[in-house]
Amino acid sequence: MASTPKRRVLAIWCARLAIDRWLRAKALQAEAGEANDRDEGDPTLALITETAHGPRIAATTLAAQAAGVRIGTMLADARAICPALRIEPADPAGDLAFLERLAVWSQRWGPWSALDPPDGVIVDITGAAHLFGGEERLLDDAARIFARRGLTVRLAIAPTAGAAWALAHYGSAARGMGGVILPEGDDIAERLAQLPVGALRLDDDVLLVLRRLGLKRLGDLDGIGRDAISRRFRNRRSAMANPLMRRDQLIGLVPEPMLPVIEHPPAMVQLRLMEPIRHLTLLETVLGDLAAAMMRELEGRGEGARRLELACWRVDGEIQTRTLELAAATRDAAHVCRLFAERIANIDAGLGIEMARLTARWAEPLGLEQTDLDASAAEHGTSLAGCVDRLTIRLGQQAVRRPVMHASHVPERAQRWQPPMETAPAVQHGFAFHARPLKLLDKAEPIAVLYATPDGLPQRFRWRGALHDVARAEGPERIAPEWWREKGAARLRDYYRIEDGEGRRYWIYRLGIIGDGRGGAPDWFLQGVFA
Amino acid sequence: MTELTAPADLSADLPEGLFQASDLAGARWLDGGGDGEGDAREWSPATGFRGAGEIFASGRDGAGAALAVALARSAPRPLAERGLTEESDERAFLWVQDAGAIRAGGRPYVPGLPRDLAHRMVHVAVKTPEDALFALEEGVRCRDLAFVIGEIAGNPRALDFTASRRLVLAAERHRVPLWLVRVDARRDLGAARMRWEVQSAASEPSPWNAEAPGTPNWRAELFRARGLRPGAWWIRPEMATGGRDGGHTLHASRADHGEHPETPGAGDMVRATGD
Repeated sequence: MASTPKRRVLAIWCARLAIDRWLRAKALQAEAGEANDRDEGDPTLALITETAHGPRIAATTLAAQAAGVRIGTMLADARAICPALRIEPADPAGDLAFLERLAVWSQRWGPWSALDPPDGVIVDITGAAHLFGGEERLLDDAARIFARRGLTVRLAIAPTAGAAWALAHYGSAARGMGGVILPEGDDIAERLAQLPVGALRLDDDVLLVLRRLGLKRLGDLDGIGRDAISRRFRNRRSAMANPLMRRDQLIGLVPEPMLPVIEHPPAMVQLRLMEPIRHLTLLETVLGDLAAAMMRELEGRGEGARRLELACWRVDGEIQTRTLELAAATRDAAHVCRLFAERIANIDAGLGIEMARLTARWAEPLGLEQTDLDASAAEHGTSLAGCVDRLTIRLGQQAVRRPVMHASHVPERAQRWQPPMETAPAVQHGFAFHARPLKLLDKAEPIAVLYATPDGLPQRFRWRGALHDVARAEGPERIAPEWWREKGAARLRDYYRIEDGEGRRYWIYRLGIIGDGRGGAPDWFLQGVFA
Repeated sequence: MTELTAPADLSADLPEGLFQASDLAGARWLDGGGDGEGDAREWSPATGFRGAGEIFASGRDGAGAALAVALARSAPRPLAERGLTEESDERAFLWVQDAGAIRAGGRPYVPGLPRDLAHRMVHVAVKTPEDALFALEEGVRCRDLAFVIGEIAGNPRALDFTASRRLVLAAERHRVPLWLVRVDARRDLGAARMRWEVQSAASEPSPWNAEAPGTPNWRAELFRARGLRPGAWWIRPEMATGGRDGGHTLHASRADHGEHPETPGAGDMVRATGD
């Protein structure tokens, strides 16, 4: 069996991201003829951020840097050094958004890329360099393209992300090369021994500690023995704060997980089966169902499938995948099933297939055909997105909504409404022993009660003109007002879950208790009906 | 001697969505499909039903909506006909209410819904019954929905036999179960395959607190059904027995011959002579 190829990672460091972006935006404005003042070449400019202690320099142009303006100084100090300094506000959110787009765009050099905030991108180019004629040519290509986009970048290729980052930030490229390359098989530790400890991507306070310990270069870490360092940093669990962990990641002893950026989540449908299937006919049925669901999903996105991947999860822990490429974007489920039919014939079901998933790895925009719209909806049914669209257009946005849980213990606030196709926020579900009604009245309705004792449970109440005898009850469940939201005079509620003589189940509450000093005798309300 | 072609073979040639009239027997929409006779004999409300039904209920309690949810979620997916069952269903469902129904009984409340349904609801609040019928029809035409629940108050003019028939046909054509709760309505003409009238009944004793209401219980009368004998039933959801979704089976027993919920009714179902 062939061993997996060693990883090759490209690190891209946009050394002057904020300034480059600003200059580019300026240039675009000038092209459009909107800019009034024309700057020649390099203006003496700094971008500032507002901090608690006043404006602070976030980025500078080369000219400003030459004039003595340093990043991180207060604006007042910088003005004293360089009175001609022009300032503009920095845009960190815009920089990050730009970096995200850049990360996706950088996938031209490798199949996946990850963000390295605030100003870097990591691209995994394993097995992709030959497409560009080798790693040197790849670097040259990247350097040329970035230069054309007006971005100052430093590039490096190394076997690990840590080493590539270190070389991009601190390595010096040979003349005529786009960046630094650490060839496969070289001893990483030895090659990087002369770099400063800042190349380890550590927090500032850790760097300060290392500097005070007199450890200035990566090679110095080897000199004093691993035990001593591990003892000194024994409480630091995060990689950012532990030089040994970072060093191991840099050398490749410890893997470094990274979150890849995904430009566009692919359309996916899946079917999890209660009983594993072992026969082809059943798999064809499953495929037919998946294909129909996939086509409805794609219809909702206005896309057609070009490449479909069917993955079958087997009970014994194996995955069988089959890929289908289509010459033109399609949303024809029957067509897809026909094409898949011969590919799935040789699937080895093993002990059975328990889950099947169909993914549209590649989809292209495919407009709805106007003539076919109603006919196809009548025949195949509409997608959820299509259905929601139709409902919203006739009934309005306020009419079609999805209720979601909200973190509040006041019952009417525990549910919020949001547009139906948005994903629900993750919240903690309520306790199972807190019985909640199936339906809640829009506004709790006052009821007139008869009770034995003022603080006790009512025996009988009148709601909407009819009398109800309380046969069984559970409570009280005391729900206090949210003091951070309501006025101080808000009263607490005692909820009772009751069942009347005819078996009807209600949720009623008493607003306040006698003698709480927040009003007279407490009132009773009916708020919800149980199943 | 040549064998005659079975009528069932003809249906294979029909395009999707069209089926033979013989398939329209009520039993076709029951769990398992199959031949009507055998299924109808063993039928109980706990059997999954995938068609269109109506539930008449009072606006003063939650029995109508609760029974609709309970019956709708036990409907099998179309794939179940081929012997395939899914582990969990993550499709959305639609709940349509007109203004009268909201005024009478309020809106569905997510913390009180069964946990496997709570995150799947799309709610449509409309002002008029006409809009509610439009939303219901759009809902049953959407095959990405698990089921559709409607609540319409009273006997509006828009909901006549024709509108009802239209809904039922659309629901069965697209195989999306539809349960329409008729809040405070009198029994009028309707085309639904099953028509129930439901009231709350005294709940089961709570296992932990003798004074507290326990598992809900409903007394439901099936007063019109196609292919099934009408009758009254005690229906209650079974207590959750664990598992991710909790068990959502129904427990149903005949209420024709006795008032006690546990009295088993005689299982003498016969096919209705016609309807």
